[in-house]
Amino acid sequence: MKYAYSFLAVIALILIAWLGSQIPGMQYFFGVAVPYLAIMVFLGGFVYRVVYWAKSPVPFSIQTSCGQAKSLDFIKPNRLECPTTNAEVVARMALEVLTFRSLFRNTKSEIYDGPKITYESSKWLWLFGLMFHYSFLIIVIRHLRLFLNPVPEAIAWLDWADSMFEIGTPAMYMTDAGLLIGLLFLFTRRLFNRQVRFLSLLNDYFPLVLLFAIGVTGVLMRMFLRDGVDINAIKQLAVGLATFSPVISTDIGAIFYIHLFLVCILLIYFPFSKLMHLAGVFLSPTRNMRNNSREVRHINPWNPDIKPHSYAGYEDEFREYMVEAGIPVEKEPTPQKDEA
Amino acid sequence: MYNKTMIITGLVIFVLMVTFPVWYNGLDAGPLPKPELPPGGEKECVASAAFMRDKHMQLLNEWRDDVLRNSDRVTVTVGGKEYRKGLQLACMECHSNKEKFCDSCHDYAAVTPTCWDCHLTPTEAASKKEAH
Repeated sequence: MKYAYSFLAVIALILIAWLGSQIPGMQYFFGVAVPYLAIMVFLGGFVYRVVYWAKSPVPFSIQTSCGQAKSLDFIKPNRLECPTTNAEVVARMALEVLTFRSLFRNTKSEIYDGPKITYESSKWLWLFGLMFHYSFLIIVIRHLRLFLNPVPEAIAWLDWADSMFEIGTPAMYMTDAGLLIGLLFLFTRRLFNRQVRFLSLLNDYFPLVLLFAIGVTGVLMRMFLRDGVDINAIKQLAVGLATFSPVISTDIGAIFYIHLFLVCILLIYFPFSKLMHLAGVFLSPTRNMRNNSREVRHINPWNPDIKPHSYAGYEDEFREYMVEAGIPVEKEPTPQKDEA
Repeated sequence: MYNKTMIITGLVIFVLMVTFPVWYNGLDAGPLPKPELPPGGEKECVASAAFMRDKHMQLLNEWRDDVLRNSDRVTVTVGGKEYRKGLQLACMECHSNKEKFCDSCHDYAAVTPTCWDCHLTPTEAASKKEAH
């Protein structure tokens, strides 16, 4: 049911954009107002979330190490798995961010009669995850050709490389296929892997369906439903948005507004969802800390400021009450005046 | 806030990257492409302007497949006028200036069609003729 709701939500969004953009005058709302709102919510929400995270102290040095820590000179440390310097941490983070190294370690466990349990390396999630993320990155960069005037050579080159198979007209992009295949895998994994299905929530399915719908509407717009897809009118709008002087042409087709509206919903949804792992991966304390707890004492930043209090000081403070209560004291109180 | 320098540097880089089109364009949308209308003054085309804007590339590819792959050279008659299937045989007859017609929009949208890998532009064709 959870995945059905995410489909329903995306279908509702498509209908809103489709019917809404057909109402005269609403093109401005869907083409200008919503994109501006979306980018503001995206940037504001993104900064808010990261600052909110940065306000939480890290109480301990909680890096996870998968290798020998640096200790005695004759024991060889594993510099990548158990980094002790900033450079080593940067190397570990770069591998994590760029190659999803922790997904590469994924294992699958299965129980057989006996009972016997086996663990097997499972690289599918890593492979399709990597394919999806890099396709998405290239697609986002490629879209800059609609926002930049003149278009930098590098982006034209990327566009050429991505469509080098020249399948269909206009030429199909490899990354479009990569994105859709990757998403299809990530979605079916949640349906067919029992453990993952048990853990999956609506907010796991929804972004996958939303991204899939964005990819499909993009491909449809480029390859199949070209009515009203005049690239120059669309680029004029996109460049207009980036230069704060948006001009909207009335005869852009509904498929464009559906695509744009879904992207805007993604941007608005982004900062308040699991998609924030874009920033979160850089802030994972188990990955981005040096494993130097043998050399440096990590002091919990939220420790209250407690002054040292020796026993002698304690006795000085409470000596009279201690004597009164019959508790032995090390230093007898000085005789009081009333004895005299 | 902890690790202020790192967090703020990272956020500034991110925001600058996302808003890159704003810095790059510098609030100047630049000139819009103005494809040159046929110098000969022809008003009729094989299809409406809107259709050609959206789908001319698909039409050209259909023609290419018809002529080169299926050897179907049957001419197309639209509005009493006969057109031979072909970029140079039909399109460039009226839209005779590739640089001022084709390129104006293609440059704007950074599209590099493969037509000219095989075809000669009218200027190139003229210079070849002179050489012989």
